[in-house]
Amino acid sequence: MGIYTDKRKSTHTPDGFELLLHHSGHLEYDFNWHMGPYWSKFLIEMRDNARFMAVRCEECGNVYVPPRYICGRCFKELNEWVEVGPEGELKGFTIVRFPYINPNNGELMKVPYTSIWVTLDGATTRMMHFCNETDEKNLEVGMRMRAVWAKEPRPTSIHAVEYFEIIK
Amino acid sequence: MGRRVGIVGVGQTHHAAHRLDASGMELIAEAVTRAFDDAQITRDEIDAIVIGNMDHFENINYVDMWALEGLGAFMKPVFKVTTGGTTGTTIAACAFYSVASGLFDRVLAVGWEKNSESDTQAAVATCANPVLERDPFAGAIGPLATEYSMYMKAYGATEEDAALVAVRDRNNALNNPYAHNRMKVTVEDVMNSPMLSYPIKFLDMCPRSDGACAVIFASEEYAKKMCPRPAWVHASVVRHDYTHFGDLEWQWMPSLERASAEAYKKAGITNPLKEFDVAELYLPASTTGVKWMDSLWFCERGEAPKLIRKGVFNMDGELPVNPSGGVIATNPIGATGLIRVGEAAWQIMGRARDRQVPNVKKALVTGFGGCSWSDVIILGADLP
Repeated sequence: MGIYTDKRKSTHTPDGFELLLHHSGHLEYDFNWHMGPYWSKFLIEMRDNARFMAVRCEECGNVYVPPRYICGRCFKELNEWVEVGPEGELKGFTIVRFPYINPNNGELMKVPYTSIWVTLDGATTRMMHFCNETDEKNLEVGMRMRAVWAKEPRPTSIHAVEYFEIIK
Repeated sequence: MGRRVGIVGVGQTHHAAHRLDASGMELIAEAVTRAFDDAQITRDEIDAIVIGNMDHFENINYVDMWALEGLGAFMKPVFKVTTGGTTGTTIAACAFYSVASGLFDRVLAVGWEKNSESDTQAAVATCANPVLERDPFAGAIGPLATEYSMYMKAYGATEEDAALVAVRDRNNALNNPYAHNRMKVTVEDVMNSPMLSYPIKFLDMCPRSDGACAVIFASEEYAKKMCPRPAWVHASVVRHDYTHFGDLEWQWMPSLERASAEAYKKAGITNPLKEFDVAELYLPASTTGVKWMDSLWFCERGEAPKLIRKGVFNMDGELPVNPSGGVIATNPIGATGLIRVGEAAWQIMGRARDRQVPNVKKALVTGFGGCSWSDVIILGADLP
């Protein structure tokens, strides 16, 4: 059993003990994330007013969704708020078919679901969200999309938008 | 400009889905011992150590402390770096910086991962903004699948083009005794494998592996004494861009375009396809083996599918890519980038055995991670 032996199929120690896997037990961690002034306003505008608020960089002209304090490209403070959407263009999509654990709640994700990047009208960057269409044959990059708002009271999260749908 | 730096030894573990026979520290010791043997040195001849892995994949913090004995780091300076998928190449970059700066002569770089110890997709998903992007972000596969949907639409690339890359890398892995997945596959096998996340199928995607890799960097003075044919570092460039996945211009890959352009400039490369003899690229899915070839300046944007269909990157092609089988054969994430560096170094040193490409004088290495971050390293047989 030298250092160069391929031991990948071993189930026991060289002297006969079973090799163990020790299970941690179920762990739960709670976190409290600070949203700051930009994301707070973004989420509350979605929740209370059903609209998307973005910030524009006066240096490069990029309109950022989600909004933020600083333009990474120009290192300029961003203060010019603009409303974007609620319609936009589908830039990319995937239909997720493998189940995995959602790290935000420890539960298995329900599949299939469609993850999209949509450029809201007036924005430069893409918003990541969901689409209610889960058949790739019916989806095409470049399609026009519309936000479908959740019923009130809307949650204070991106789920204030239930999903995006294709504009037919 | 710093001092010249050469790679003088490489070690890696036998990689697998579960290495039941070894704890994380034992995996590290396996790779480190093999690297010492490859360089024919002992622990005493190492001045400093850089180690990295994915922060919380094993739910162990302070890996620099926890792995100390296996690292051979007792009473030596140790630094931990972690940059997501690029961790392995960033470890190499930091070892290179440490020697090039003149502060250390011989630095050991170690990357490792015990992916079997947690849910990798859930762990990867924690890299996305928890409130604004994490829910629709399907681990590593989601954005890679989405970017290929854009690329197919923009340039007429196909799912079969990606399958050709999967077949190339997976069959190359048959020549690599360390590889995790070693299976002979055909385009039909790939196309018929289960859809994970459209358009990426099971055989298109990298596995999650247990494994470690160790690479020894030395200053010119030491490297010449320690190794008959060191792999000299000609360039090491890192580029990061944005925080949010939606910010990126995914139709091409700006961080890889910029990093490779800068690395080529530093190394005096003007025609990468002709001047490199081999490449070990961090291609986490076969789709990236199509799309990212544009971003490495091998062709105009959108021309990569033609090169793939011609077999330009096959073992008998103009520029063999991933003789080791690459990331879709072996993926202990914190080690994955460093394995690329080690494999490329072995190609230059003439130690790549069954996967050796003849007469390698220049080798290209990439790392991919985070929100489309790129590391590019160029190694050469001649002094830079």
